[in-house]
Order: sequence, then C-alpha cells, then structure tokens
Amino acid sequence: MAKTAQAEAAHHDEHPYGVTRWLFSTNHKDIGTMYLIFALVAGVIGGLLSMGMRAELMEPGMQIFSNPEMFNVFVTAHGLIMVFFMVMPSTMGGFGNWMVPLMIGAPDMAFPRMNNISFWLIVMAFTLLVTSLFMPGAAGTTGAGSGWTVYAPLSTIGMPGIAMDFALLSLHLAGASSILGAINFITTIFNMRAPGMTLHKMPLFVWAVLVTAFLLLLSLPVLAGAITMLLTDRNFGTAFFDSAHGGDPVLWQHLFWFFGHPEVYILIVPGFGIVSQIVSTFSRKPIFGYLGMAYAMVAIGVIGFVVWAHHMYAAGISVNTQAYFVFATMVIAVPTGVKIFSWIATMWGGSLRFDTPMLWAIGFIFLFTVGGVTGVVLSNAGVDRSLHDTYYVVAHFHYTMSIGAVFSIFAGWYYWTPKMWGYMYSETLGKIHFWLMFIGANLTFFPQHFLGLAGMPRRYADYPDAYAGWNMVSSIGSYIGFAGLLVFLFSIVYMFAKKQKAAANPWGAGATTLEWTLPSPPPFHTYETLPRIK
Amino acid sequence: MAIFHRTLTVFTALAGLFVSAPAWAEDAAKPVVGMATPWELGFQDAASPIMRQITEFHTYVTIIITLIALFVLGLLIYVMVRFNEKRNPEPSRTSHNTPIEVIWTVVPIFILVAIAIPSFRLLFAQYDFPKADVEITATGNQWYWSYEYPDEGISFDSIMVQDADLKPGQPRLLTVNNEVVVPVNKNVIVGLKSNDVIHDWAMPSFGVKLDAVPGRLQKTWFRAEKEGWFYGQCSELCGRNHAFMPIAVHVVSQDEYDSWVAKQKAAELDSKGKVAAIEK
Repeated sequence: MAKTAQAEAAHHDEHPYGVTRWLFSTNHKDIGTMYLIFALVAGVIGGLLSMGMRAELMEPGMQIFSNPEMFNVFVTAHGLIMVFFMVMPSTMGGFGNWMVPLMIGAPDMAFPRMNNISFWLIVMAFTLLVTSLFMPGAAGTTGAGSGWTVYAPLSTIGMPGIAMDFALLSLHLAGASSILGAINFITTIFNMRAPGMTLHKMPLFVWAVLVTAFLLLLSLPVLAGAITMLLTDRNFGTAFFDSAHGGDPVLWQHLFWFFGHPEVYILIVPGFGIVSQIVSTFSRKPIFGYLGMAYAMVAIGVIGFVVWAHHMYAAGISVNTQAYFVFATMVIAVPTGVKIFSWIATMWGGSLRFDTPMLWAIGFIFLFTVGGVTGVVLSNAGVDRSLHDTYYVVAHFHYTMSIGAVFSIFAGWYYWTPKMWGYMYSETLGKIHFWLMFIGANLTFFPQHFLGLAGMPRRYADYPDAYAGWNMVSSIGSYIGFAGLLVFLFSIVYMFAKKQKAAANPWGAGATTLEWTLPSPPPFHTYETLPRIK
Repeated sequence: MAIFHRTLTVFTALAGLFVSAPAWAEDAAKPVVGMATPWELGFQDAASPIMRQITEFHTYVTIIITLIALFVLGLLIYVMVRFNEKRNPEPSRTSHNTPIEVIWTVVPIFILVAIAIPSFRLLFAQYDFPKADVEITATGNQWYWSYEYPDEGISFDSIMVQDADLKPGQPRLLTVNNEVVVPVNKNVIVGLKSNDVIHDWAMPSFGVKLDAVPGRLQKTWFRAEKEGWFYGQCSELCGRNHAFMPIAVHVVSQDEYDSWVAKQKAAELDSKGKVAAIEK
C-alpha cells in the first residue's frame, strides 16, 4: 500500500488547469471541493436570511420588514436554501464525492461526466432561486413566500408573480441534480468497490450515502411530478390542486410529504455516517454493532417512506388514517435509538480523544437525541393538535437539522480537512467555533419549545406581546451562533494562510478507513492500482 | 397518568400561589382571558375537557422523554469521564454484545407502547363528536375570518383591530371587531371552510386546530368550561397577513348567549329590512 501511495504521489502534478480543471471537471475530489465551496456560500446566504428573521422577531411589532410578505419570502428562501443548497450539497455532494471513492478503494465515481452535470445543475438551480427573490411574487412584493412546503393554493392563486415559477424550476433542477448524483453513488458503491471490500466491510459513511442515494432516487421523482403539476396548474390551466375545478389542495400535501419526509432523512442519514466514523476514530475502537448500525439506517430509510402524513394531522385526514401514521412514526424511534446507543457503546471502553471533530460528534449525539425525543411527542396526533404549526415544531426540526445535520457537517469538515486540503486546522479556533455554535444553537432553539407550547404559530412576522421574552432570548442565541459561523470562516482563512502540513493520518490508530492510507492531500488520481482489503 | 396530572395540578397551584396570588386577589371578579402569558413554559391553561386531556398526556410524555434525554446525557458524561485517553489509555476491542443490543431494541418498544395506548385514547376522544348544542361555520379569507350561525341566521366578519385602535386592556394582534360568542358548558361544533387559500382555525385553550381547506367542509368541536375571552391565531401560512387574522371566542352564560343571539338577529333583520327598503 505504502508503495502504491508513493508511486501515485509522483504523478501528483498531472492535472489540467483553469477552466479545464474546474468547469469541465470529472474528478471526484475537485467536484467534491466545488460542492463544499458552493454549500458554504449558500449556507452563508441562508444564515444571513435567518439573521434577518431573528432580527425582526427580536421584539414584537414590525421593525426590519416593511411588508410582512417579505418576511414570508425570507422564511421560504431560508428553508429551501438550507435544505437543497447547503445540507445536501455538503453531505452528499461534498463529503460523499470526496470520500466514497476513497473509502471503497475506487479510482473515481462511476460516471465522472454525470458528476460534473450534477454539480453545475445545482449551481443553476441556486441561481434560479436567488433570482426568484427579485422577481414579482405575491401582489406588491418580490420573491416566493409560500414556505418551503409550497402548499397549494397559496402557491397557485396566492402567488401570481413569476417568482414562484422560478422557485419551482429551481427545485426541478436541484432534483435532477440529486437524482443524477444518487444514480452515480449507487452505481459506484455497488460496482466499484476494491477487491475484498464486501458490502458488510464498507465504512458506515458509505452505507449512509448508499441509503441516502436510494431515498433520493425514490423520493425526488415524486417531487418532480408534483411540482410539474403545480407548474401546469399555474401556467396551463390544469386543476390538480384547484378545488373549484375538481382538484384537491390536500393532494399536494400528500405528494409533497411523500417526498418531504424521506427528504428529512436525506438530510440527516449522511450525518449518521460521518458521526459513526468520527466516534470510532476518536475512541480508537471499531464501531459497536456494525451490522445493527448499517441496517438501522436501512430501516430508517424504509420506514421513512410510510410516515409522511404525520405532517398533516391538522389537514383534516380521517382519524383512522391519523392513528396509522402515529403508529408508523413511532416505530422510527426504535432504529434511531439503536444508533444512539451504539455510538455510546462504541465510546464505552474506548480511549477517547476530544479533538474538534469529536466535540462536534458528541454534541451531535446529545442534541440529536433532544430533537429525536420531541419528535416522539409530535408523532402523537392527539398532542400534535396543539403543537402543529407552532414553534415547538420549529424547535424540533432545528434540533435535528440545524443542530443535527449542521453539527455533523462541521464534524466532517474538521475530520477530513487534513485529508482534503493537506493542512491542519487550528484546534483553538475549531473549539471556539464549536462552543459558540453549541451555546448559540441551544439558546436559539430551546426557548422555541416554550413558545410553541404557549401557542406561538410559526411563520409569523409579528406576534402577541406575551411571546416577547423567549423571542428575545432566541434572537440573542442566533447572533451567538452567527458569531460562531464567522469564527469558522476565519478559521478557514487562517488555515490556508498558516499552511501547517497534515500527516497522512493525523488521527492515529483509530482511523482505519482507506482514505487515511493515502497522502494528505491525496494525489489527483488515486488507486491507479486497486488496494486489496483483507 | 392520573398521578402525573395530580402532581402537575399541585405544582400549578403552588406556582400560582407564588407568582400570581396578588394579581388574582385584585382581579377576583375578572373573567378568564385565554391567551399566552409572558415567559410561559407550557401550554396555556386548559378550558375544555379535550385540552385537559392533551395537557395531561403531554405532561406524561414529557416526563418520559426528559428521562430518556437525561439518561443519554448521563451515559455520555460517564463515558467521557471514565473512558478518556488519560484514564483509559488502552481501548477495548469489544464490538458486539448481543444481549445488550436486544435490550436497547426491545425496551424502547415497550416505552413506545406505553406512550401509544394513552395517545390513541386521546386521539379518538378528539374525534368523538358529541351532539351539537351550537353549530357555527368559520370561513377563512385572506386575511380575516367570517362566521355563520346557520341555525340562528347570524353571520359576521371578524377582523383584527389595528394597534392604533386598541382600547386599554385589549391584547395586540388578538383583538377582533366581532368575537365569536358561545355558551359555556355546551358542545360547539365548528365547521371550517375557506374562500381562497388554506387557513387554520386554532384555539389553544380548547385544544382545537384544524385546517380550513378550499373545497372542503371539515368539522371540529369544543366544549368551553370557563366563561371569558379566548384567543387563537391562524395556524397555516396563508400569505401576507398570516399573522394578522386572529380568532377570538367570547364564552358567556346561556342567558347572555340567548340575549346576544336575539340582539344579533334583530340587527340582522334590521339591516336586511334596510337593504330591502333601499332596493325598493
């Protein structure tokens, strides 16, 4: 192995330059890098939008936004950007592209050109979405203010302007990009594993990407169909969701959530994979209950397809339907529990180091547990009657997404940074970043449970005065979290200025996956001779 | 569950003694106002049997999930303290233990069953429609609610009072020009419709929340057990003024309700008469 690595290092410089290298890139590492840069840019924009929202909500009354519809536009853009252009491109596009071939011993992705199309489609999609912010939306405003859920008929008769069409076409392109990416991952993982790398020897991150790719492949076509119907309703006189002409607005909700619920697992499952690698590495122990961990993700993926209407308890679906979805949703807690306990069991008896990636991973485990158990509360249709569409839901999904998925992304960033760029990040800055985000995110989202219980509805530009206190706390928390983001950006600049060389394996004996056998950064082409896994 | 509820009642009573005793003494005669209070940590006070059940069930589940979260936190702290590099330089290689894997799969199932049984009881109670004493229809519009009492022939729009027009004591963003009036301790069936986009009729104190979907007539119900003013807000994103179409219900005694109905009917007849006169 060492010999191969040296031979490869000799070819290090043989790569194209400029436009040929980046615009026409077919290299999984370069495409992964571009995805990460893209996600970072989108994440900063999405974060700034949330700062706008929190600034408005800091005090009762309208301060920042002259028109409450503009607030809705911010809510919508924040949701869409964070889901489609920040989390998905960083976990799947970024880490998936970079690490899956390295971890399974493949020279590149199965379809390198398709990989290129996937990336540039998402750039186009993002351009469309950002453009939509400046196009006419609801009467008198610009941008689509329908929420990321795009419920009809608010998204049809409620948004006459072209901004909504831009946003829907943006989703179409982002969906196409993800479907192509998913096909690429599935083919790569099934066909390009190095000799000896059986499915049951694959690192859990690769399992996570495989499960996620299947979720994408099966759910996104449903979204594509649904938004096509919405586009024809808006532009060509069809009436799929128009009750006045025989359609049904609730049909949209079923189609959307049939995609939308698997989508939330698309956001979090790669995070499960990242956290598994990190916990094992920094405990210097193999993952506990490997098969259980892998198949728990498969189970979460499968069950994730049959629970969608728990988002619709207030829509008026029949009581027996609600009872089924209560039951099905609760079942998800079982494989999720298996994962949480297996992570802890991996640490149990280990020799734990608390480098920055491990801090993020441990933070993830606890806070994802908090988000998970409030999910159990919300799964009960009876109590969701009171909590549906309140800030309790906002708190719940930000604990799983904003804290869960985002913490796993930062964990992955610090974990693989030495490998990807060949430089060590600053531990001090990484830890400051972690603590600012940890305190900020908790201060932002924990009080939102109280707001939701007290009845504050979500997507409100202004609220009754009784909710002022916790909203103030929440806004202050969000500023602290944003300060954390600034520290993160600074730490990147600092790292590239300092250029502190990273070893091939900076993490020691715990890092057992293939990528750590390569030099840091890995050469442009890896595994020209396939590794053999014993 | 009863025990949790009783515990909660005791705590609420104690908290009430400390926090609101002076206010309570001053406003003994003042009717209930059903809205959130500053720094509130839990649900608004229940004013219907269903909301009492929701509160009770929520307390029960919250106790369970808090214990689970603390258990996980405890385990994490333990492993961080006990198995860090300094105290445990040589890691074990254990990666399997079938009994414990079976336990952490099966025990959660039992916990879920313990949650599911009362959960289903609550869900079916919510859909166990009683015989209606009063029926009203609420229709969502961008951005106000219209109400109809089909049996009494009363109808009116309920529009939020702007900040500048509020009288002292009226809550901002919740006060409307015409409140829904219903009798206390009577079953009220609310039919929901919409004229444009989806809205949602929510009343936290009653445990009611249901979408008003264009093209459908959906029904929910409540039985208010306290007289007073109760406030809710539209709970499905409906566009620009989503935050500005509150729901206000005034719960009164049967006598007051009857006289209100009589007055409304007279006014309705009066206005119809005027319209008829003008048309002539």
